[in-house]
Amino acid sequence: MRALEVLETGPLALIQDLGRPGYAHLGVPPSGALDVPALKLANRLVGNAEDAAGVECLLGGPRLRATTSCTVAVTGPPVAVEVDGRPVGSHAPVWLAAGQVVAIGAPATGLRCYLAVSGGIVVDAELGSRSRDVLSEIGPAPLKKGDVLPLGPSSVSGGADVVLPTTAPAELVVRVDPGPRAHWFEDPAAGLAKTWTVTAESNRVGLRLDGPALTRGPEYAERELPSEGLLTGAVQVPPNGLPVVFLADHPTTGGYPVAAVVRQASLPALAQARPGTLLRFHSSTRVWNR
Amino acid sequence: MRWRAYGEHAALLDCASLAESMAAHAMVSSARPDGITELVPGARSLLVVETPGSGALATVRELLADADLDHPPEGESREITLDVTYDGEDLELVARDAGVSTEDVVRLHTGAVYTVAFTGFAPGFGYLTGLPEPLRQPRLPAPRTRVPPGSVGIAGEFTGVYPRVSPGGWRLIGRTRTVLFDPRADRPALLAPGDRVRFRSAG
Repeated sequence: MRALEVLETGPLALIQDLGRPGYAHLGVPPSGALDVPALKLANRLVGNAEDAAGVECLLGGPRLRATTSCTVAVTGPPVAVEVDGRPVGSHAPVWLAAGQVVAIGAPATGLRCYLAVSGGIVVDAELGSRSRDVLSEIGPAPLKKGDVLPLGPSSVSGGADVVLPTTAPAELVVRVDPGPRAHWFEDPAAGLAKTWTVTAESNRVGLRLDGPALTRGPEYAERELPSEGLLTGAVQVPPNGLPVVFLADHPTTGGYPVAAVVRQASLPALAQARPGTLLRFHSSTRVWNR
Repeated sequence: MRWRAYGEHAALLDCASLAESMAAHAMVSSARPDGITELVPGARSLLVVETPGSGALATVRELLADADLDHPPEGESREITLDVTYDGEDLELVARDAGVSTEDVVRLHTGAVYTVAFTGFAPGFGYLTGLPEPLRQPRLPAPRTRVPPGSVGIAGEFTGVYPRVSPGGWRLIGRTRTVLFDPRADRPALLAPGDRVRFRSAG
């Protein structure tokens, strides 16, 4: 069988593809790779369709043995990749002979690396996706030592593009649009433009931020919001005034006001924001309170 | 009704009542315009997400501008009956607050026909509307850290069933063995918005 055998997992290694959109009305989050461009690139490098399932590894660490010859590529932040102890590059296709071991180091910046393998990982799909959803616990369980990951048939040879990795910046500027409940807050644009810090409570559900709390307008101070639909990128602000930016495993409805919504182009950078990262929200519109 | 922008590819319809949001959801889901990625009813809202470039948001806006929400289409609503053993930990509390016997609580809860208003909190957790007045009661002051799967609870204007183990603050009146959510099933969530639900006492 074409497969990868898991020798080590690192802190958290999850199988991810592009997720399972379309089920929010059943309470099922979209899930999928947090850094979508990184997974797509890794897949292209090994000759896969962009939506094939790979491994999203938090802070690196996995070691995987190929039971068959295959091509792998690691993307995301720059990271050391070794084959049988010999350094090879990230962001480039690497050919493994049967029995060889690929190891991913810990990235110096960023959080999440993506490993794609020719043929893709073909564990059983749930609701049309092989993504692990950490909130709903749908999809394949986090990788553990001894797991054998079946691979699909390898189609074309990879290695078309070799791409320089991007380094996660120390301070992020996140582009946002006003959210549906922006009018609940006192000057939300100015409040969000201040400097926030990503906290260690962040995960695939959302980034939790610390900083100068947003305040609600007097007429909304004690108001309860009936449960309403949420999106990836929604900046929800609970009563303590500290925003939560929802990522792919977010709940599909929620009961706190959404002050702003992150532009899709800014989402991959959020996937790589470590605890301690400084972050500001920037909006190009002046119209915030409606 | 009022539309509010929600990011680049979505809009939220603010509704005056739960009935209005359910009617708007029924209207849009029966028309099924092309290019909708997600359609998420809430307690007083409807979230519409479009496929970028599809123009679906504009279509939905037009559809609802002319809609008679007092007479929404029936749609493809199904009726589901759930067998419940009424032995929940809060059954006596619910009876006391309602000023009735525990048998009356069961009679009231099984006597109504409910509609799935929206889903959220967890996969397959439906908020069912239609709860008889005496059973409209507050949540527990402190949520339980572990509610067993299949627990039937009530809170405010809603009743619902916890699909899996989770924390939860609803008052629990019983339990069902029916599987509410199975991601490998053809129909993963037993209860979808618009479905009708009855509870039957299984003794």
